[in-house]
Amino acid sequence: MRLLYFAWVRQKIGRSEETLALPQDVSSVADLAHWLARRGEGYAGAFADLSRLRAAVNQEHVGFDAPLGADDEVAFFPPVTGG
Amino acid sequence: MRTIRIQTDAFDVSAEIAALAGGQTDIGAIVSFSGHVRADEGLTQLKLEHYPGMTEREIARHIDEAERRWPLMGASVIHRIGVLRPGDAIVLVATASRHRQAAFSAAEFLMDYLKTRAPFWKEETRGTCTAWVQGRESDTVQAKRWE
Repeated sequence: MRLLYFAWVRQKIGRSEETLALPQDVSSVADLAHWLARRGEGYAGAFADLSRLRAAVNQEHVGFDAPLGADDEVAFFPPVTGG
Repeated sequence: MRTIRIQTDAFDVSAEIAALAGGQTDIGAIVSFSGHVRADEGLTQLKLEHYPGMTEREIARHIDEAERRWPLMGASVIHRIGVLRPGDAIVLVATASRHRQAAFSAAEFLMDYLKTRAPFWKEETRGTCTAWVQGRESDTVQAKRWE
């Protein structure tokens, strides 16, 4: 799956995107966020409080309970501030 | 006519309105809104990033929705990214219809949704300090009135 990070999520993690195989036992966006949080300090900081984050799967806004598939593009970011 | 563009360059409002009108003689109203960077509390610079692909899809989805709600004859959404300074125009929304009410309402609808759904993020600089702009509850409330 392809993962994308934006704004301060990108800064805390230190990269804007990465590709990884869907980990075992990860079936939702929330599962993935918790799994990523254990990957290191930057990730732990980025995923410390999911209420500050939003997510998209395949370029559509989703809730953290959304299911995931092996080929999904998943993005994590703060609430949007355009306009 | 539909225009969706994400760009670093400035835009020309008159040229965009002319392009939206496109020589059509049945358009009676074009409403345009442009948002500008304010020098709030010593702001010296804004830097914008977005999610290429998703941004265009979200904007297209909202234009589709605007077309379901109002008899539109065209819409343009142009949003700038990169480094902007106080006074710079940052976003343009323009809508065309036979009559003004639809054009006004659709422009407001698109702007509200742009603020709360389109994946853009702003980083503010004040002197040597930078900080990400927080999502505003008032923008969310504003967008909810269309639900």
